[in-house]
Amino acid sequence: MSTTPSVAEDPARYAQFEARIAADQSIEPKDWMPERYRSQLVRMMSQHAHSEVVGMLPEGNWITRAPSLRRKMILLAKVQDEAGHGLYIYCGTETLGVDRQELVQQLLDGKAKYSSIFNYPTLTWADIGAIGWLVDGAAIVNQTMLAKASYGPYARAMVRICKEENFHKRQGYEIMTTLARGTAAQKAMAQDALNRWWWPSLMMFGPHDSASSNSDELMKWGIKRKSNDELRQRFINLTIAQVKAIDLTVPDPDLRYDDATGNWIAGPIDWDEFWRVVKGNGPCNSERIGARRSAHAEGRWVRDAAVAFAEKQRSNNRETAERQQ
Amino acid sequence: MTPNSPERSWPLWEVFTQGRDGEPHQHAGSVHATDAEHALQNARDVYARRNEAVNLWVVPSAAITASTPEDMGPFFDPANDKAYRHPQFYKVPKGVKVF
Repeated sequence: MSTTPSVAEDPARYAQFEARIAADQSIEPKDWMPERYRSQLVRMMSQHAHSEVVGMLPEGNWITRAPSLRRKMILLAKVQDEAGHGLYIYCGTETLGVDRQELVQQLLDGKAKYSSIFNYPTLTWADIGAIGWLVDGAAIVNQTMLAKASYGPYARAMVRICKEENFHKRQGYEIMTTLARGTAAQKAMAQDALNRWWWPSLMMFGPHDSASSNSDELMKWGIKRKSNDELRQRFINLTIAQVKAIDLTVPDPDLRYDDATGNWIAGPIDWDEFWRVVKGNGPCNSERIGARRSAHAEGRWVRDAAVAFAEKQRSNNRETAERQQ
Repeated sequence: MTPNSPERSWPLWEVFTQGRDGEPHQHAGSVHATDAEHALQNARDVYARRNEAVNLWVVPSAAITASTPEDMGPFFDPANDKAYRHPQFYKVPKGVKVF
């Protein structure tokens, strides 16, 4: 992607903007920014917000079937957090001059992208453990990096989110640990969930650096501070020790430890599967959007009632004020 | 209001949270809400799920006037040449250990 159009907008301000990025200063909503910086942020932040919202669906599937009241309360709190995370990021996106209604509509129309991981089904209770541990764990690695992003509102939303995600990861790992130390059937269920979620979790970091079209620009502008492959490697290194601690194994016969770098090197990732799911042909793509649409439609009367109530309050207040005059 | 009529965004409110008694309120983010009371409830659910606040302010975003980034230099420069407003400006005789 050429940088020429951004420079042409306003060479002096562009130079100032680049100097501020180089000095690690925070870019705030009213600051001048290249149009391309704004559009890349809107794209990335809205996808991120949509992912938080759609991310509630696979887990919501198990709220009514959690194995104990304790687990049910925890899962409810986690799913509520995901809604909150979506709102933090939508709120950040709105500082760039986008209307939230528009973003929500894009999601409902099936035009918006969100993280492909949420297009996989949650077949057993162990999947709820695997999601908290691996999916939220991968998200933490990514979001810890984004907490230093050059755009202030995005970075601040990430700081808030990272604090909360740590609980998500812990509760997931606790579920997996309990199952892995339980009966043979429970341990098999935990292993099966790990088998199904491992590779999609690695894919969460996106294509290899060599195939990632947006990475260079995002890194140049300090939106991302580390590449997809660096983050993926960090996640693998962190997670392998946790897998071993509960006596499970990752479904990767090629996994090996590299003494020279201290890295765990994973086998080849099935990018055909990745692109298949990104392009809409994953196991649950249409189910997720369908669930979102019906939740939005069924919530309409609540939103209408809130508007009607506020209007009534305002007119009551006006009448009271007029009587007092 | 029919189910097919287009929905408009609810007004935007900026949220300020006071973390503890005695601390100042700090900007936390924003919420959409139909009125002030609704904004307070939404702000509580979005920004205070973990006791992050003992008190909340919600302010219609449109009611906030902010200085602009372009003003950054000229607007604040009256403070630039008044180093004598800081205690470090003054020398204390060597013999004085605690001031």
